[in-house]
Amino acid sequence: MPNNIIAAEMPKLPIAKWVDSAVDWMSIHLEGLFDGIAVTIEEIVEFFTSVFTFPHPILFILILAVIAYFAGKWKLSLFTVLGFLLIWNLGYWDATMSTLALVLTSGFISIVIGIPIGILCAKSRGASSIITPLLDFMQTMPAFVYLLPAVTFFSLGVVPGVIASIIFAIPPTIRLTNLGIKQVSGELVEAADAFGSTGAQKLFKVQLPLAMPTILAGINQTIMLSLSMVVIASMIGAQGIGVEVYRAVTQLHIGQGFEAGLAVVVLAIVLDRLSQNIFKPARKRRKAQ
Amino acid sequence: MPILSIRNVSKLFGPNAAQGVKLLEQGYNKEKLAKEKQITVGVNQVNMDIEPGEIFVIMGLSGSGKSTLVRMFNRLIDPTAGQVLVHGKDLMKMNAEQLREVRRKTISMVFQKFALFPHRTVIENVEYGLEIQKVEKSKRYAKAKQSLELVGLKGWEDKMPDELSGGMQQRVGLARALANDPEVLLMDEAFSALDPLIRRDMQDELLDLQEKMKKTIIFITHDLDEALRIGDRIALMRDGEVVQIGTPEEILIQPANRYVQRFVEDVDLSKVLTASHVMRRPETITPDRGPRVALELMRERAVSNLFVIDRGKRLLGAITAEDASRAVREKLSIEDILIPGCPVCPPDRLIGEMFELSSTSPIPISVVDEENRLMGVVVRGSLLGAMAGEVENEGGYTRAE
Repeated sequence: MPNNIIAAEMPKLPIAKWVDSAVDWMSIHLEGLFDGIAVTIEEIVEFFTSVFTFPHPILFILILAVIAYFAGKWKLSLFTVLGFLLIWNLGYWDATMSTLALVLTSGFISIVIGIPIGILCAKSRGASSIITPLLDFMQTMPAFVYLLPAVTFFSLGVVPGVIASIIFAIPPTIRLTNLGIKQVSGELVEAADAFGSTGAQKLFKVQLPLAMPTILAGINQTIMLSLSMVVIASMIGAQGIGVEVYRAVTQLHIGQGFEAGLAVVVLAIVLDRLSQNIFKPARKRRKAQ
Repeated sequence: MPILSIRNVSKLFGPNAAQGVKLLEQGYNKEKLAKEKQITVGVNQVNMDIEPGEIFVIMGLSGSGKSTLVRMFNRLIDPTAGQVLVHGKDLMKMNAEQLREVRRKTISMVFQKFALFPHRTVIENVEYGLEIQKVEKSKRYAKAKQSLELVGLKGWEDKMPDELSGGMQQRVGLARALANDPEVLLMDEAFSALDPLIRRDMQDELLDLQEKMKKTIIFITHDLDEALRIGDRIALMRDGEVVQIGTPEEILIQPANRYVQRFVEDVDLSKVLTASHVMRRPETITPDRGPRVALELMRERAVSNLFVIDRGKRLLGAITAEDASRAVREKLSIEDILIPGCPVCPPDRLIGEMFELSSTSPIPISVVDEENRLMGVVVRGSLLGAMAGEVENEGGYTRAE
């Protein structure tokens, strides 16, 4: 084992120690900031949860079906109705609604933070060269590793779950916003400049509208990733369908685990199709004019 | 005063481009600069003055720096050195706000691949320039509509650009540039992406529009025929340098060097040269002279006919040697043997249009001005010679060496 021999002879870099002390320092000195973040996230989650659990499941399913119909096809509408009826029938309604609230909260925050960062990356090479490796880091670092500091800062519950989801899910929105803006043809950017656009006019009237399909693909990815993370986050006390899955797995209830997993799948498919299609018909209508 | 003056403008690419400019001025050549300093010269110390109301064509093959040059006229590209003066004001010294103002009010641009915004309708594209100036909605709509009408696209307002053909898309591009009512239009290979027939139409329409609007147009092209067709003046570029600036005729007839000469070699001269380029000095006589004098003159100059003019140089007709000797025998005057209906043409008649006239008449074609004053004559030989590339003009340059 030559590698171990070398490692034994050299002093080991105390990276673990550094990280620990950085985490300690932050949890002491940035407490106010973390409290603020925690309160905000809790409010948003609560808002979504109350919206989703307020109507009777039947009414909620109908509303979803109508949205699905307008977002695309009657097939999606039918699938939504059947899928959510199944979830209701299996008895996972409340858990699924909590999960939906968590996903939309982390998705919403990811979009609000991610798009401006993506724009910054597209506009500034310096920012891009700092942020890109950071994104690589966030996406490849095993998710469990940052579940722990999230717990340290925000204790157990919904908030660290959402935070972990955001860290895990935000990169596609940033990357694809950046890519979408950079993909706008150089001649169009030149045209915008040649007519005397300000930077903001160029961004909002030319670059962002043209980058929108790519950005939407990023948002779709972000929503899917945050759904997958929300299930993992149930291990640190985030409520929702993930808790059911986790419990079934730890207690070896295979059938129950399958049922809960099915609820996740239904939610995932509906979220995916809806977020893919919701902006498309607007463009089609426009073209038909 | 020129509306746009380009003073010693250079654009160099690579590390330390600014230093490269100094080295160029010290006489470093481009190859040495590229090899020793990794600096590429895009545009090299260009000077030109563009006068209001003219169509100024910048012509060169790809890689000659013409597109880079024109992008420095509105600072889409910043020159490495030199001045770009718009109405005498240096574009390089302007702040962002002033530069935007120039781009919004003074200089508009038309692009090679149209560069229409695909997410906006035709009219929204045309409105763009006014929209970003925060012109009121109804006002800019009216202006855009008017501009579309001008380019012949009435009724297409609400289409998307990708529903239009290439030629129509470029009309939208032109309308968009015109909607701002700029003084200067930069047209970067504006018609190069169109197929030849459409391109021809667009050139004609541009000339028609120019008649009405009297804009200053700076037109970039790699096509010599296009340059000769629409240019009032042409600047020929090669390797980032201006080789020659002149009217189409000057470029053709007095090429500044072998490069220009080679460039213009294949031009269909019959569509460019006019009667005034190939005419010779006429042999003339006034009608108060006798036929004997006329015969003597003809023998001396070795011609077989003379043109008869009055004291005001106005053309009366022609006489032939045959008739003159008959007049001597039969004691007739010059007026008796005068052929009044000999062929005439104005000096700006293209030589391509003169062959038929020339082949049906035994007498050379006389070139006359509006008041019928004789300016010169065109013999068949000089028409053919001109087509072969030999132009003998007083003080002129013979193209074929």
